[in-house]
Amino acid sequence: MDIPRKTAARPRRRTLFQDNPSVLWFMGLLGLFTLGVTILSEGFGLGLISTNLVKILGMTLCLCLIAIAMDVVWGYCGILSLGHFAFFGLGGYMIGMWLMYARTEIVIRGSLGRGTIPPTELEVSEAVAAQIFGVVGSSELPAIWMFAHSLPAQLALVVLVPGLLALIFGWLAFRSRVTGVYLSILTQAMTLALSLYLFQNDTGLRGNNGLSGLQNIPGALDVPQSIISMWFFWASAFMLGAGYLLFAWVVSGKFGSVIRAIRDNEARVRFLGYNVEGYKLFIFTLTAVISGIAGALYYPQAGIINPAEIAPIASIYLAVWVAIGGRGRLYGAVIGAASVSLLSSWLTGGGAPNIDLGFYRIVWTDWWLVLLGLGFVLVTLFFPKGIGGLFDYLVRKQP
Amino acid sequence: MTTLLEVSGVSVTFDGFRAINNLSIAIGEPELRAVIGPNGAGKTTFMDIVTGKTRPDEGRVIWGERSVDLLKLSESDIAKIGIGRKFQKPTVFEEQTVRDNLAMALKNRRGPLSVLTWKATTRDKARILELAEEIGLADRLERRAGDLSHGQKQWLEIGMLLAQDPRLLLVDEPAAGMTPSEREHTTDLLKRAAKTRAVMVIEHDMEFIRRLGCRVTVLHEGAVLAEGSLDHVTKNQQVIDVYLGR
Repeated sequence: MDIPRKTAARPRRRTLFQDNPSVLWFMGLLGLFTLGVTILSEGFGLGLISTNLVKILGMTLCLCLIAIAMDVVWGYCGILSLGHFAFFGLGGYMIGMWLMYARTEIVIRGSLGRGTIPPTELEVSEAVAAQIFGVVGSSELPAIWMFAHSLPAQLALVVLVPGLLALIFGWLAFRSRVTGVYLSILTQAMTLALSLYLFQNDTGLRGNNGLSGLQNIPGALDVPQSIISMWFFWASAFMLGAGYLLFAWVVSGKFGSVIRAIRDNEARVRFLGYNVEGYKLFIFTLTAVISGIAGALYYPQAGIINPAEIAPIASIYLAVWVAIGGRGRLYGAVIGAASVSLLSSWLTGGGAPNIDLGFYRIVWTDWWLVLLGLGFVLVTLFFPKGIGGLFDYLVRKQP
Repeated sequence: MTTLLEVSGVSVTFDGFRAINNLSIAIGEPELRAVIGPNGAGKTTFMDIVTGKTRPDEGRVIWGERSVDLLKLSESDIAKIGIGRKFQKPTVFEEQTVRDNLAMALKNRRGPLSVLTWKATTRDKARILELAEEIGLADRLERRAGDLSHGQKQWLEIGMLLAQDPRLLLVDEPAAGMTPSEREHTTDLLKRAAKTRAVMVIEHDMEFIRRLGCRVTVLHEGAVLAEGSLDHVTKNQQVIDVYLGR
C-alpha cells in the first residue's frame, strides 16, 4: 500500500457558515421569530397576535425575500433594476389565477349540483368564466387561463413567467451593453408597460379589478383564517430562510467575487476572460424567479392583487429599502425591508396617533412619504452603508 | 520564434481624427518587445484593438497557428484565447482581497455554473501562493487590494496577468509611479515572463527600456516610424525629430 496518507495538518475545509457567521445568526433569529409568532398567534397559541398582524408579518417576510433578491442584483452585481416588483406581481398573478379559478369552480359545482341533471364539464367551465369575468363584461375564459384549473401548472408558471420575462428582457438589454441609469430607466419602462397592459380589461386578468378573494384557499375553504394565515406565515419564513441560504451561497466564493468585480469594473472583468453579460443575465433571472416566488406567497396573504401593485413606484420603494438597510449585505436588505415596510403600514394604517401642533395637525398618512424621503436622504448622507453598516462597528474584524 | 500576432493595415478614426493609420506590426513567441512613441501616437489604441475594446475601420488582426481573426471575437473570448492586458492605471478590484483578485484571474473555467461550484484545489492554492511570492505580496494575501501601495497594485495586476497564463501579455506603462528598486523588480519579472511567451510593453521611460534590452517599435501618428534595437532607433533622425529631440 503506497497510498500517501495525510498525517500533516490538512487545511481545514471552511463551510459557508464559518465564512459567514451572519448567516447562522440570521437563521437563528428567523427561527426564534417564527416560533415566537406561532406561540403568540390566535391560530396555534396564546392569541396575543391577531390574525391580521400575522398576515402583515408574513407579508413582511415576503418583502424581505424580494429585498434580498434586490440586494443581490443591485448591491452585489451593480444592476440597479427598478423593475423587480413586476416579477413579484407576476408571481402573485400566477398563483392568484389558480386560487380564484379553483375556488369559483367549487362554488359553481356546489350550486349546479343541486339540479336534477348533473352539469357537464362545459357548463361548469362556462359558469366559472361568467362568474370570474362578469365584472369586465365578458363570459369567456381567456386562453391564458388554460392551466388555471391545475395547481402544479400554475406553480410552475410562478417560476417560469417571471424567469422567462427576465431572461428575454435581460438578454436584450445586456447584449446591447445597456448599463447604469439607462438600464434602470429601461426596467422602469418594463414594469410601467406591464402595469398599463394589465390595467386593460381585455388582457384577460380582470383589468383594474385584479384578482381577489385570494385568502380563501380551495380545498381548505372551511379552515379559519387564523390557521391559514399561520400556514402562509410558516411558508414565507421557510422561503425567506431558503432564499437567504441560496443567495448567501451564491455571493460567497468565486462567483460572488466575480459579480462584485462586475459591479466595480465590468470592462476589467471582460479582459480577464469572463463573459460579463452571461453573469448579469444569470443573476437578473435568478433574482426575478425568487421575486416571483415571494409574490406568490405574498398575495394570498394580502387577499387581492391588481395592476397598481406593480406600478413603477413599488420597485423604487424596493431600492429605497435596500439602500436604507445597507447594500451589499443580505441582512441589511432584510433590516431595511422589514423596518421600512412595517413602519409604513403602522403610520399609514392609522396605527400611529396623529400629532396636533395647535396651528397644524400632522396626519401621518400624508407625512409618511416626507418622512421616508427624509430618512433616505439622511441615511445616504450619514450612513452610506445603511443601517446594516452599523454592525461593522459592533463586530470588529480581526486583522 | 514563430509569429504569434500579426496586425496588418489597421486604421481607426475617432470623429475624423485618425488615431491609427495603416498600422502593421507583428510579434513572435517568445519575444519581448517595447513600444514607444509620443503622446497620441496610438499606443493605447493599438492595445484596445488587439483586446477587442475598439473595432478598427479596416485592416486585419490575426492570431496564432490557426490564424484566428481576432476582430470577430468578443473581449472575453480574446482574453480566453490567451491575450492578457495590464492597464496604464492599475485596475485591481480594490474591495476584494489580494487572494480573491488572483483567484479570479487563475486559468480556470469561466462559465457562471463552473464558477459557482468552484472550490480552490491544492494546485490552485499552490499557484496563488507561487504568484504572490513572485510579485512580493505573499504576506498580504488576505489584505484588501485597495490598501496596497501604488506600486504593489501594479504588481498585483501583473500577477493577475501571469495567473491568466496568457501567450501574449500587453503591458501598458508598468513602471509608472514605481520607486527605482520596484522598477528593477518589474523589469526582471517581465524579462522572465518573456522567456516563454510574447510580451509587449508600452513605456515612456528610456532607462526602463534600456534595461529590458529588447527590440523597440516606435509609433508616430498611428503608424510604425522605426523598429529595431534601442540604439538603432535612437539614432534614427526621424525618431529624434518627433520624439526624442524635444
